[in-house]
Amino acid sequence: MKLTIINYGSGNLHSVHKAFEKVNSIIGSPYNITVTSNPLEINESDKIVLPGVGAFNQCKNSLLDINNLYETLEDKVIQKKIPFMGICVGMQLLANKAYEFGNHNGFGWIEGEVVKLNTKETFQVPHMGWNEVCFEKHPLFTNCKQGTDFYFVHSFHFKAAKKENVLATTNYSETITAAVINENIFGTQFHPEKSHENGKKIIENFLNWKP
Amino acid sequence: MLKKRIIPCLDVDNGRVVKGVNFIDLIDAGDPVEQAKLYNSEGADELCFLDITASSDNRQTLLNTVKKTAENCFIPLTVGGGVRNLEDVKKLLHAGADKVSINTSAVLNREFVKQAAEKYGSSTIVIAVDAKNILDNKWEVFTHGGREATGIDAIEYCQEVASLGAGEILLTSMDRDGTKLGFDVDLLKRITSKIYIPVIASGGVGTLEHFSQGILQGGANSVLAASVFHFGQLKIQDVKRYLADKNIPVRI
Repeated sequence: MKLTIINYGSGNLHSVHKAFEKVNSIIGSPYNITVTSNPLEINESDKIVLPGVGAFNQCKNSLLDINNLYETLEDKVIQKKIPFMGICVGMQLLANKAYEFGNHNGFGWIEGEVVKLNTKETFQVPHMGWNEVCFEKHPLFTNCKQGTDFYFVHSFHFKAAKKENVLATTNYSETITAAVINENIFGTQFHPEKSHENGKKIIENFLNWKP
Repeated sequence: MLKKRIIPCLDVDNGRVVKGVNFIDLIDAGDPVEQAKLYNSEGADELCFLDITASSDNRQTLLNTVKKTAENCFIPLTVGGGVRNLEDVKKLLHAGADKVSINTSAVLNREFVKQAAEKYGSSTIVIAVDAKNILDNKWEVFTHGGREATGIDAIEYCQEVASLGAGEILLTSMDRDGTKLGFDVDLLKRITSKIYIPVIASGGVGTLEHFSQGILQGGANSVLAASVFHFGQLKIQDVKRYLADKNIPVRI
């Protein structure tokens, strides 16, 4: 079994890779975890993880610059429906549109828009640090406690068009989408790879997930 | 509710933690990776490495340390010291740092702050400011590890780097650093009331009360401490329980 972490130059690749390897070995999962940008390797994956740090458009352009990468992702995730997980900007890329440094189109895999946090002056931006997450009952949040803390760091957030795509929320001046879901597609605004024991549980649940 | 972060800081010199430390359970007391693991398990919300190595030959040692730490700690890691250009930022991020802290080079070249934030995202770029009280209600920015005066007003400088895209400010009071007299609350207050990015309070923490002063009176989003943790004077959980008793939101 093969789990692929997509390498398109995102900064936190190493952390994501190490966290997945660690959990994979602790729970004895069958996955061979690789970090790659090669569409041929991605084509053989059973699960895909898309990390992301930085600005939306910079991330999107770096991804589209790699020949045949997006097409392969779309085929695997939308047509073949293999389990997919996006992290932070990797989750925001799933939206239809984003308004960071201009207007940009996303993948459109989950209906919604990525907009600037609408904070009052007492709430600093970026939303940076540990915040409480409330979630719907779902296998991806198995063994997590309602209201437990995850690590966030972002200035924009995913406003989903449909309520059923919002799997978890947090609160920072307003309600913020903390995780999205659409069949085999999962995404977290928080960083599981930086959320200590709670984050390891999310990774474990994703490794075990059979949507 | 967003939690206030407690951040232990390790000064790293050529791959070793300096300031003699005496944790009893560690195999190698001076190994930053071992200490990072300990803080990680004790409930630190984030870690900070400051590389005080003067020679650039040793940068590779730092990168290896960051890499090994990232493999073992699943909490955010900020790394600073001698970050001079975009290539330095990139190397640290690729080694596993989540945020990169820039000090002297940001003062010398404000454009660097803007470029780094645009390329790697605001939330990745921390600007470290060493400030010294020079007159009543006036603080000056110092560079090169606090050795060189710049003539720049610290409050104006923080506002400027925030507008250039810095995601966070690591504010150290040179007057208080190492004194255990508490944070410079006046300095903190003046800066946190003027900018809308998170500020980490640093320099002077010696007691539990100092932590709450930095947050409640100074308006800091998080607090950084070195020696009180290194010498085992305070445990991270003691600090958190103390703050929780004062109704300050912390991750326990």
